[in-house]
Amino acid sequence: MLSRVLRGLRAPPTSLAPRAAPLANLDQAQRAVGHDQQQPGRHNVAGRPAAQDGAQHAAPLHHAALLDLRDVVVRRGDRTILDVPALAVWPREVLVVVGANGAGKSTLLQVMALLLAPDMGEVRFRGEVVDARRDPVAVRRRMAVVFQEPLLFDTSVFENVASGLRLRGVARAAVRARVETWLDRLGIAALAGRAARTLSAGEARRASLARALVLEPELLLLDEPFSALDYPTRQALLAELPPLLASARTTAVLVTHDPIEAQAFATRAMALQAGRVVAAGAVRDVLVAAGLAPPL
Amino acid sequence: MDVLLGAVVQAVRLLLSGDREVLRVTALSLQVSLTATALSLLVGVPLGTWLALARFPGRRLFLGLVNTGMGMPPVVAGLLITVLLWRSGPLGQLRLLYTPTAIVIAQFVIAAPEVTGLTVAAMQQLNPRLRLQILALGATRWQLLGLLVRETRLPLLAAVMAGFGAVISEVGASMMVGGNIPGQTRVLTTATVLETSKGNFDLALALGLLLLALIYVVNLTLTWVQQRERPL
Repeated sequence: MLSRVLRGLRAPPTSLAPRAAPLANLDQAQRAVGHDQQQPGRHNVAGRPAAQDGAQHAAPLHHAALLDLRDVVVRRGDRTILDVPALAVWPREVLVVVGANGAGKSTLLQVMALLLAPDMGEVRFRGEVVDARRDPVAVRRRMAVVFQEPLLFDTSVFENVASGLRLRGVARAAVRARVETWLDRLGIAALAGRAARTLSAGEARRASLARALVLEPELLLLDEPFSALDYPTRQALLAELPPLLASARTTAVLVTHDPIEAQAFATRAMALQAGRVVAAGAVRDVLVAAGLAPPL
Repeated sequence: MDVLLGAVVQAVRLLLSGDREVLRVTALSLQVSLTATALSLLVGVPLGTWLALARFPGRRLFLGLVNTGMGMPPVVAGLLITVLLWRSGPLGQLRLLYTPTAIVIAQFVIAAPEVTGLTVAAMQQLNPRLRLQILALGATRWQLLGLLVRETRLPLLAAVMAGFGAVISEVGASMMVGGNIPGQTRVLTTATVLETSKGNFDLALALGLLLLALIYVVNLTLTWVQQRERPL
């Protein structure tokens, strides 16, 4: 297993060697993905909390994690497409998952969103085990997912943004108020009555973001949300989204292969390669280890 | 041309005069065909959705049967139902042969594969990730079905129109299982055939035009529903 991790990594630059401990050791990489990270704001490169006596914290506090994956394996036929021994997502952090196409990022996101049941392992949400096979609607309603395509319905922008609220039986007046608020925050209030099928790519992306954010989810999962946008539109949204997430105090997991997106607002990162975690920790270090950014 | 014009005049005269037999025949045609179409919707839409989304052994064979059913000759459907319903048949004790219910059953057998097959096609046109998005929004299974049907409402309404058109215009099955009994099982199509065989071409044409007008009014209503409130 250790040799597999080493094969999956590039050798870190000498200047990074003292900080590259999690990249050379699978157990540490796993812990860096969150299992003994108790205070996200204080993590070091390895993602382990700073300890006054220098000792490692071996016992993870799983009940503090918002989402917790353990020994998750997803297979398609004979191929293992995802193998994550341990992953935790902490409240109010923005975890970015990077990797090349086919690395398993979207599969990981679907497992987190309880849309795909792993062949092995378990998923816990706030400490409770959740099984995607049992249609966990109540837990799914505490999350929101923004896919790579906007996937808007064939109705107006307003009705699209309101759709999740209507599924939850929110009262009409509250739906109107919340939808109008988020249409305004995403800068598309003027498009409320427009048919979703007539929107530009950027407008459709804003509408899909509004549809997710209006639900005020405890966990927001974003699967390469800006990949289909042109540069100016992407830059505008990359500037607008972090303050929106911060003001809503939303925990988020962002899947991307773009280093600019990764560095825009992530607090922690992990890299996937062939379905396995090959690096974890500070965003810049993970991007360098994954070959998505030049070393400093 | 004179014959056609005469038929139009006679059709209008028949309607305006409130001819009891014509009204009865028209009402029965609408009743049995709308009932058969509604039943095929109730069965065909969920079945078609399931066939489109589920994966199970023999699925393609089942789909092949549905698609074959879309091309089933109405007279064969009528023959099969007749065999089931006649006195010595498996359902003979129900005494349904030569009743409007028998016509509804035969027309359901004709319309249901049509609605099912078109529903499968409509559902398979949707982006496969849309189902994941709907589940991610927190939909229950029933809400998922409702939203998928809403997303395919245009082609589904077309399926309804196709199903209705197929049954209200068919004559073979209605003749076989209904018997064309005046006042009981005579519908517009069987009445048209009867009047043609008697040489009453004016009346036959008038009944035919009446049938066309009926189909147009029903489809106009469905088209209005299909096209309304679609924001631009």
